[in-house]
Amino acid sequence: MTTPPPPANDPAVHDAAASGADPSRYPTGAQAFPHRSLLGIAGLETHEILFLLDEAEQWLALNRQPMKRADRLNGLTIINAFFENSTRTLLSFEIAGKRLGADVVNMAVGQSSVKKGETLIDTAMTLNAMRADAIVIRHASSGAVRLIADKVDCPVLNAGDGQHEHPTQALLDALTIRHAFGFKPAQPFTGLAVTICGDILHSRVARSNMLSLTALGARVTVCAPPALMPEGVEAMRVQATHDFDAALEGADVVMMLRLQNERMSGQFIPSPREYRHLYGLTPERLALAKPEAFIMHPGPMNRGIEIDSTIADMPGRSLITRQVEMGVAARMACLEVLTRRARRVPGWEAKA
Amino acid sequence: MKPLAPLTITGGRLVLPTGAPMAGAIRVVEDRIVAIGTVSPEPGDRVIDAAGQLVAPGLVDLGVFAIDKPAFHFGGITRAALMPDQSPPLDRPSSVRYAAQSGKPDLWVHPLAAATRGLDGHDLAEVALMRSAGARAIATGRRWIADSGTMLRLLRYAAMLNLPVVTHAEDAGITGSAVATAGEMATRLGLPSAPAEAEALAVARDIALAEMAGARLHIRQVTTGAALDLIRAAKKRGVAVTAGVTPAHFMLSDTALADFRTFCRFSPPLRCEDDRRAVIRAIADGTIDVIASGHDPRGPEDKRLPFADAEPGMAGAETLLPLTLTLVRDGAIDLADAFRLIAGTPAALLGVDAGRLAVGMEADIAILDPERPWIVRSDKMAAQAGNTPFDRHGVQGRVSQLFKGGMPVG
Repeated sequence: MTTPPPPANDPAVHDAAASGADPSRYPTGAQAFPHRSLLGIAGLETHEILFLLDEAEQWLALNRQPMKRADRLNGLTIINAFFENSTRTLLSFEIAGKRLGADVVNMAVGQSSVKKGETLIDTAMTLNAMRADAIVIRHASSGAVRLIADKVDCPVLNAGDGQHEHPTQALLDALTIRHAFGFKPAQPFTGLAVTICGDILHSRVARSNMLSLTALGARVTVCAPPALMPEGVEAMRVQATHDFDAALEGADVVMMLRLQNERMSGQFIPSPREYRHLYGLTPERLALAKPEAFIMHPGPMNRGIEIDSTIADMPGRSLITRQVEMGVAARMACLEVLTRRARRVPGWEAKA
Repeated sequence: MKPLAPLTITGGRLVLPTGAPMAGAIRVVEDRIVAIGTVSPEPGDRVIDAAGQLVAPGLVDLGVFAIDKPAFHFGGITRAALMPDQSPPLDRPSSVRYAAQSGKPDLWVHPLAAATRGLDGHDLAEVALMRSAGARAIATGRRWIADSGTMLRLLRYAAMLNLPVVTHAEDAGITGSAVATAGEMATRLGLPSAPAEAEALAVARDIALAEMAGARLHIRQVTTGAALDLIRAAKKRGVAVTAGVTPAHFMLSDTALADFRTFCRFSPPLRCEDDRRAVIRAIADGTIDVIASGHDPRGPEDKRLPFADAEPGMAGAETLLPLTLTLVRDGAIDLADAFRLIAGTPAALLGVDAGRLAVGMEADIAILDPERPWIVRSDKMAAQAGNTPFDRHGVQGRVSQLFKGGMPVG
């Protein structure tokens, strides 16, 4: 895979690199982000999403320096409690916490090794008793992160709960789009056409992105076969279609999702080969989108199924490795903003 | 036990099977009602002055999952039909006999015999033996029987035994492991969901099979407009089908799932607002025959979990009466209808001499104030657990005195 191109022509970095979000654009102090935890994009105002994105700019700049270390979270303990297997998200959160100077502890428990039942609450209480300053949670059940957040005293970050939300993924995707198109901080994505194709039904990435991208003003089209399209999805202010070719027409961004076989019981599609036949992003299909359309994928990819290798690696068009880079910055922003109250940052001490 | 003196309840307004409540008295000798209307107490009678309150039949709760006497008595319930979904299931005569005795003397439990061994949906259980042990009906339990051949044989056998079959109406092939009704709410929350039509499909099949078998079919919870239309049409043709519902499905729609409230996780799940209104219409026009509590007290170990991992069900015994009375206050039904739904028809389905105030009936009597306001408090319920979606809701209607077979309860 190619490494991301150098960010020299990336105007957004320069604007906000020094100090994060421009205070004159946002409510003062904690009013800019009056939430204790980040459980989802649902419940966030558009300006709160933009605030986090603007805050991420400084970390993006830092991460591109040889010395990638800030000391804002010195002495704080962050626990990554992953009740579901993850490699990239766990690593991304770990790097984000460490680059901010926090002590990061990973608790990787496969769903199989932790019994359900009170154990989940008990685990949360245990983490709480260890006086974590932030807990990052991934869990296989929708709503599990909120359940834990209600039981602990520190901020909780949702790193993916079942089929519900994956808010930091939506933030990193928005940050990636901002930089790909050269949008300025605080600038919405008005009129941008984004097509999300794949297993929408089982995808928390799709849900968070639908909420975030529509809030930012993009026109979102979701595309999936009937069995993988959630009912009533149009109520989330998106267009829904089963026709991939139609969905691609005029798209500025094509976001591909993998089939989440681990969440399927029973047969949802006849075969991977047949899935590719209808929903695989091939060079011929990509030609239906805008000529300069960008390609995204939250990973892990199933090359040759939902996305062809030539597209995944297409220089200048594929943003897939950029997404990974933005992920660290977006997560640093979330961790830094959510711990401001505990760190008694001026204007953030009051109860949010 | 020394027999109690005859009982006369005076000064009440009697809730009779039809018409508006009528001022009058009621007299009970031993465990039976002997006179109703203009009755005067005789010397030696225990005399209770109802002081203008309603005098109504004790509630007959068709389909509960636990024997929870304090909750039943709080709610004015004197008889409860126990679902076979116990541990172990009520699939043999001994467990049925034990369950049938377990509430006496002040609560009568009518066990529902498991239709299949272990409620597995395959092998028919010994329902005739269980009938002799005290089972009043057969039930498929929390699940439906997927195999139509098995279901047909069960219905034919039940018809021969003259036992009604209580079914759960969700096509399991469609519902799978769903915990919510497909729609905007489930989509936003990312909950495994199934289309509401799974109910109509199950109802259509079971009506067709019951019609073939000549069996009496009671669908314990019918919660969608489409399924209710099927029942309405079947009744018109003369099929012996009855339908029930719990208050959750006429009080709440799936918007209540916001914030992943596990106290709103039910089976079948909450439906959309249109279906909620269809349920109320069906209660008003008589398509729905029974309102039951579905009482299923569940502690934190079953409910303080992620939504999809939590167990379904609510502790409903205490709120069955006041929530049914909301339909009276809203003008959907009258008081006589209300008590037919929560006492008369369930008693008739179970074939017991109770559920209405009439001479010769068992003296299961509730004295209640239908207007008395109170607040449901999850943490202060009489039930074994406080899993109610109506926590902190103000309700009206409360039982002040309850008699089971002429004996005061509590």
